[in-house]
Amino acid sequence: MTIDWAAFTPWSALAGGVLIGLAAALFLLVNGRIAGISGIVGGLLTPSRGDVAWRVAFVAGMVGAPLVWLAVTSLPAIRIEAGYPMLIAAGLIVGISTRYGAGCTSGHGVCGISRLSPRSLVATVAFMATGFGTVYVLRHMIGG
Amino acid sequence: MLLTLVSALVVGLIFGTGLLVSGMANPEKVLGFLDLAGHWDPSLALVMVGAIATAFVAFRLASRRERTFLGDPLRVPTRNDIDGRLLLGALGFGIGWGMAGFCPGPALVALGAGELKAMVFVVAMLAGMGLFELIERARQA
Repeated sequence: MTIDWAAFTPWSALAGGVLIGLAAALFLLVNGRIAGISGIVGGLLTPSRGDVAWRVAFVAGMVGAPLVWLAVTSLPAIRIEAGYPMLIAAGLIVGISTRYGAGCTSGHGVCGISRLSPRSLVATVAFMATGFGTVYVLRHMIGG
Repeated sequence: MLLTLVSALVVGLIFGTGLLVSGMANPEKVLGFLDLAGHWDPSLALVMVGAIATAFVAFRLASRRERTFLGDPLRVPTRNDIDGRLLLGALGFGIGWGMAGFCPGPALVALGAGELKAMVFVVAMLAGMGLFELIERARQA
């Protein structure tokens, strides 16, 4: 392992992290809910009365964030290396797995660890491990 | 009711902005973090530190309350069991995350930034979530 100091952005990473944590905090204390993106989006597929509008509002905020950003300044770089077949396969896997695993990076990784949930701790270690493993296989065994 | 909707919208905006500021909305950056064997970019570890340190305070506060600031019940998960579904789901999620560098939140933000590839990912993700519902419904029938 070599650390890529040129790519390392500690301050924006911390600042962005604090904003994400603040969002999770507000959602908990004002809306009484966990800010878990896969759960919020997944719940839209089985709509029940009174349970749709807040989900739509949250997703609209997420999707709208770059538009608000653009009103102030230009967007940071978003580079997506993966081709379309890979994106489709990845999307399908992320969709089905996050529902079975009851969470993703936000619900388990941020909120779950913040409330010291054993389930979320195990889940986060598990998805980090296969995340690292998958990139290793794709970049250094197949692509290397 | 209206206040909770406004709050959800504002929280979504703050969350999305955090993902943009932190670099997590950029799959290249995420894959740079997941590539331990290459030129490793540790930034995302600090995103987690910042987010968890901030949210931790809120969960401490919430543990002493039964209702939200608006008077609604606090819905905090209560399950503590670690089962095969949780484990397999999390393991699978990591694979999908490592394939494209997208997890659900950043994909929504990149979609909002007008990235066609993010839209394709989000549509596939919704299909995967729909598949989960179909399988679960078939199992219960």
